[in-house]
Amino acid sequence: MIEAFNTEYLVVLGFLILAIAIALIRVIKGPTAPDRIVGLDTINTIVIVSMVIFGFITGTVIYIDVAIVYALLSFISTLFIAKYLEGGEI
Amino acid sequence: MLSEIVDIIVYIFLALGVFFNLLAGFGLLRFPDVYTRLHAGTKCTTFGSIFLCGSIILLAIKTWFWGNTDGANLAIHTAVALIAILITNPTGAHALARAAYRSGVKPVGAVIDELAGKSERKSPSKKKEVKK
Repeated sequence: MIEAFNTEYLVVLGFLILAIAIALIRVIKGPTAPDRIVGLDTINTIVIVSMVIFGFITGTVIYIDVAIVYALLSFISTLFIAKYLEGGEI
Repeated sequence: MLSEIVDIIVYIFLALGVFFNLLAGFGLLRFPDVYTRLHAGTKCTTFGSIFLCGSIILLAIKTWFWGNTDGANLAIHTAVALIAILITNPTGAHALARAAYRSGVKPVGAVIDELAGKSERKSPSKKKEVKK
């Protein structure tokens, strides 16, 4: 376990939560369906980075493994939603 | 001496990563269009993630250099997560832009549409119907 920069990384985590909140406004407000999906894609990427930073702060590597799996699953879900918006068969 | 230089580089990386991630949020809120929002929300988060994960990798390698083997574990896992982000994020953005164009969303302020007749879907099932 690495005991360095814990306070700085907590501040970074707070700013990332602020960025997620700003992107959530676009998800709620978006006029069309692709706008909402773009907001969800941005939220997914920021959540992955937040999981990596949280795993570094608490010193447990299992959070970073969860972040890897979350990245691949969110990519698959984004591809399926894009295919659905095109109106084609999957 | 080396440890202090690494600390300064970590501070710079943290500032850059936080700045670009916040820029992604504000760009997503302020831009007028799906395509410009995609531009802000995907590129800025990818660039910010490179710096945030890079600072963690740098700290872990520094810890590994001073003899703590937890640093190797942390550095390799974070590098794999960063590679997963770098591969999946631009691919998803490309698929989303194509889906937005084919579902009929036009850019704000566009005068002509050069892709008008060229972007029809070529699915395998329709090709089979043509052959029959």
